[in-house]
Amino acid sequence: MKLKELEGHLGSLDQFPNPKIELEQYPTGPHIASRMLFLAENSYDDVSNKVVADFGCGCGTLGIAAALLNAEHVLSIDVDPESLEIASLNAEELELDMDFIQSNIMDLRWRGPVVDTVIMNPPFGTRKKGADLEFLSAAMKVASQAVYSLHKTSTRDHVKRAALRDFNARSAEVLCELRYDVPKLYKFHKKKEVDIAVDLWRFEPASHQS
Amino acid sequence: MRLLTHNMLSSNIKGVVNGFPLRIEAEKVLEKNVEMNSDFLKKMFEKIEWKAFVEASRGMGYTELPEEADSSMLDSDEFLNRFHHALLELHLEEGALVCPETGRRFPVRKGIPNMLLHEDEV
Repeated sequence: MKLKELEGHLGSLDQFPNPKIELEQYPTGPHIASRMLFLAENSYDDVSNKVVADFGCGCGTLGIAAALLNAEHVLSIDVDPESLEIASLNAEELELDMDFIQSNIMDLRWRGPVVDTVIMNPPFGTRKKGADLEFLSAAMKVASQAVYSLHKTSTRDHVKRAALRDFNARSAEVLCELRYDVPKLYKFHKKKEVDIAVDLWRFEPASHQS
Repeated sequence: MRLLTHNMLSSNIKGVVNGFPLRIEAEKVLEKNVEMNSDFLKKMFEKIEWKAFVEASRGMGYTELPEEADSSMLDSDEFLNRFHHALLELHLEEGALVCPETGRRFPVRKGIPNMLLHEDEV
């Protein structure tokens, strides 16, 4: 599938009707999501024929992108039932078979390293400090191959240190810097649209098994 | 929810030691055809907890999997077909996952298990 085609599919997905600020629900735009998964597939072979998990899936965009790029099994997880309902309808609309679980990312317990790749657009931790790194910590325990994640560029050094020192990453690499358009979703947003610089990261867990 | 997902998850209640496998209570099971990918199946075979997988498939009403399996069986198309079907084509649509240690039920509605914990379980 071509990048433009992938982006087109993702642009057709329904997004949060009533975004919840406490969960930092911002939609992952089709531009970012398509590039993230396209890179994961074409540069690293981390998607097709793999078991992929989407942490904090919201309305499902990243997991759906993985399924469109022929991930064999996609498991998307979110704490919010309303988001999961939209996500599963979005998947159905595109005739994709995906699994969903309602849970806190931090509370799930995994039997073993069955997941190959974790993809996520975690909360940036602006409402709940440290939420971004909690997600990363959980993802690094689950993925056997790679973790793809978005973090604010302003936190780059901090993220790198945490990944290598605290989460036992074998490598932590910024693949590219992207502009994240945050539309005016919430009342406290003063401007119509802000655009934040975010890094697309690829982390490799230390105990690499496949 | 597919059995592949079931095979990865443990009960996550605080204090539970043997939370795997979650017992399946099936009220409604769906079958959806997907294309077979034998390379994927061969790779997954190494990662699956077979005993739990067989038990779960029975909980879903599918009884064609052998009690024991080893990697030599992956050469048989018949075995691969059954493995494929149970792993990827059966979906628990309505029912529950039950913690083997505490008996706590996690409901499954519209295919989605609700693994949210109560305050005293975190």
